[in-house]
Amino acid sequence: MRRRRGLDPAWLLVGPALAILAVFFAGPVLASFVLSLTDFDLYAVARLDRLRVIGAGNYAALLASPRFWRAVRNTAYFVLVGGPLSIAVSLVAALLLDAPAVRWKPFLRTVLFLPVVTTLVAVAIVWRAIYHPRAGLLAWLCTQLGVTPIDWLGDPVWAMPAIILLAVWKNFGFNMLVFLAGLQSVPERLYEAARLDGAGAWPRFRHVTLPVLAPTFGFVVVTTTIGYLQLFAEPYVMTQGGPAEHTLSIVLLMYEEGFRWWNLGFAAAVAFVLFAIILVVTGAQVLLRRIFTREVA
Amino acid sequence: MSGSGVAAALLLLVASGVASATSPVELRVWGMGREGEVLRDLVAVFEEAHPGVRVRVQQIPWSAAHEKLLTAFVGGALPDVIQVGNTWIPELVALDAVLPVDDQIATIRDDFFPGILDTNVLDGRTWGVPWYADTRILFYRHDLTAAAGVDGPPATWAEWLAALERMQRSAGPGHSPILLPLREWQTPVILALQRGATLLRDEATRGDFASPPARTAFDFYLDLFRRGLARRDAATQVTNVYQDFAAGRFTFYVTGPWNLGELARRLPPALEDAWRTAPMPSPAPGVPGVSLAGGASLVVSRSTTEPALAGALVAHLTDIPMLCRLYDLAGDLPARSSAWNGCPIARDGRDEERTAAFWTQLQAVRATPKIPEWERIATRLTHHLELAVRGDVTLDVALAALDRDVDAILEKRRWLRAREAE
Repeated sequence: MRRRRGLDPAWLLVGPALAILAVFFAGPVLASFVLSLTDFDLYAVARLDRLRVIGAGNYAALLASPRFWRAVRNTAYFVLVGGPLSIAVSLVAALLLDAPAVRWKPFLRTVLFLPVVTTLVAVAIVWRAIYHPRAGLLAWLCTQLGVTPIDWLGDPVWAMPAIILLAVWKNFGFNMLVFLAGLQSVPERLYEAARLDGAGAWPRFRHVTLPVLAPTFGFVVVTTTIGYLQLFAEPYVMTQGGPAEHTLSIVLLMYEEGFRWWNLGFAAAVAFVLFAIILVVTGAQVLLRRIFTREVA
Repeated sequence: MSGSGVAAALLLLVASGVASATSPVELRVWGMGREGEVLRDLVAVFEEAHPGVRVRVQQIPWSAAHEKLLTAFVGGALPDVIQVGNTWIPELVALDAVLPVDDQIATIRDDFFPGILDTNVLDGRTWGVPWYADTRILFYRHDLTAAAGVDGPPATWAEWLAALERMQRSAGPGHSPILLPLREWQTPVILALQRGATLLRDEATRGDFASPPARTAFDFYLDLFRRGLARRDAATQVTNVYQDFAAGRFTFYVTGPWNLGELARRLPPALEDAWRTAPMPSPAPGVPGVSLAGGASLVVSRSTTEPALAGALVAHLTDIPMLCRLYDLAGDLPARSSAWNGCPIARDGRDEERTAAFWTQLQAVRATPKIPEWERIATRLTHHLELAVRGDVTLDVALAALDRDVDAILEKRRWLRAREAE
């Protein structure tokens, strides 16, 4: 029987969690939304009477700013090239690790996962050395191959590929583990049945492994896209957004506006636009997956 | 916090509880980078002279200093005395975070380098006491210029250009005789200031980078790249500046006093005598070749409960013996000219000669526009000039875009001015 009077005890149980969410999540989000409707800046920090409520002014300025669109283009480049590349590398690494012929599996798994847990700032020093146009490892390789060495971080064309390479190396280990877990859930009998039907390695991969991995794929694609849309640390430590703003990402722009120049109103607007972008992109991915799986079914 | 640190803190708590009647007055000081380290040494004498006063020094790395300062201001946690880069003073004044120091320095005002003192003056009042001076001058490989037949450091832009071309001819086409990192706004700004450009107009509420004097200066700067005298891709190679200087990959470098020590330490012993310094060349004979008025000042926070004592500490840190000591410990050039005669500045002849160029330059230094937005404007300047250097846009297009950016950045200033005028 359902109790009609008094407080539902369920509220008591979820109450503390809800209170924490309200104080540490909903509150700040609401506050920063209000902030994004003002021109809160250095002048307003000292005296609130220098604050102007400008409504959608920050959003209008943002959409009219070539720097913002440059950041959007750079971020899209990073997500569209770096994302699939990163997932492909993770999948290949997982497949190799899962192959029965491979020895020392736990050791290899640990080694391949190491970049994920190392500090980016420390790794960046090594990668800056690798990318050095004269003394770097890549420059040496280029010279050995008889190609003119590329100034990776100083050339507007090559800076983003350099950032992508670093990000893929740094991040592929995590998705590799997720794929490995997925691969281990593929029942051996399906492979056996396929083999009995005369399926080779590729058909087995295409018609057994991939379909079973589909949910794993969904998870990996969504988390990787969300993570890559928030590109920040790599360009922050490697290029500071240069050369000529070719590695300026949306989050780096937000950081500069907010914490370097103290334009907190404008930076909050950037944050909300990024939130909208992530929401739309993730929603589109989920939708596409639904349509796709329905067609397959 | 270490175990002994905790123990010490506990002891202090106990001690302050017991001896609350005679508990020492505490002054908090923030020092940046290397100065933060040597401050402990400098305040020891002050503590001896003021029994019952304890000075607590906190060291802040330069890279985090600016953010920390703003956060501390918002949180009401500013210390009593702060070392600040003198370009930050307009910001602190806009925040109303510091006390004026005019009365305090009234008797020694004329002793400071005028250009350096000027960076501390805003709205007719002085907000910081100059501590050490910083400016940029020409560092060059004397052995290479002598071998190429260039006599003496260049005194004018024309001589400079001639010397650079001579170096390039003698070293072959791959050699770029001057290092101009694209990320640094200082050199183009120095050139523009030398031409008499004000950079901003209408009481610093609009950009004026396309004005004829500024444009001439930027065109000269750009020309160094066009002629291949400076390399476009030098930005990423800055980490190796000492190796490259030692290897003779460039001959001239515009940089500051910290490199006196760095070069002495990092260059191989064989090159000990190979490099010299000279004041900035001037655009034309008779026109002063000014450079930037940099350095750090000491400010007293408005939130201090001990303004007199904080002022006394600043006076102590900026007196001649302490400035000499600061030079000894950190190599910082004194901001007071009498200290240059009073302290043993530079130990041997070679150092003395190199440091003397800074003395000459410090007589002719100029402040960048004294507004809180300056650093932000400077990064826009490097961006648009970089596009012009790379040949993506013409100089005129770049400067027009820069002025538009700057006008947008200064919109709030225009609004504040208009409101004040009402």
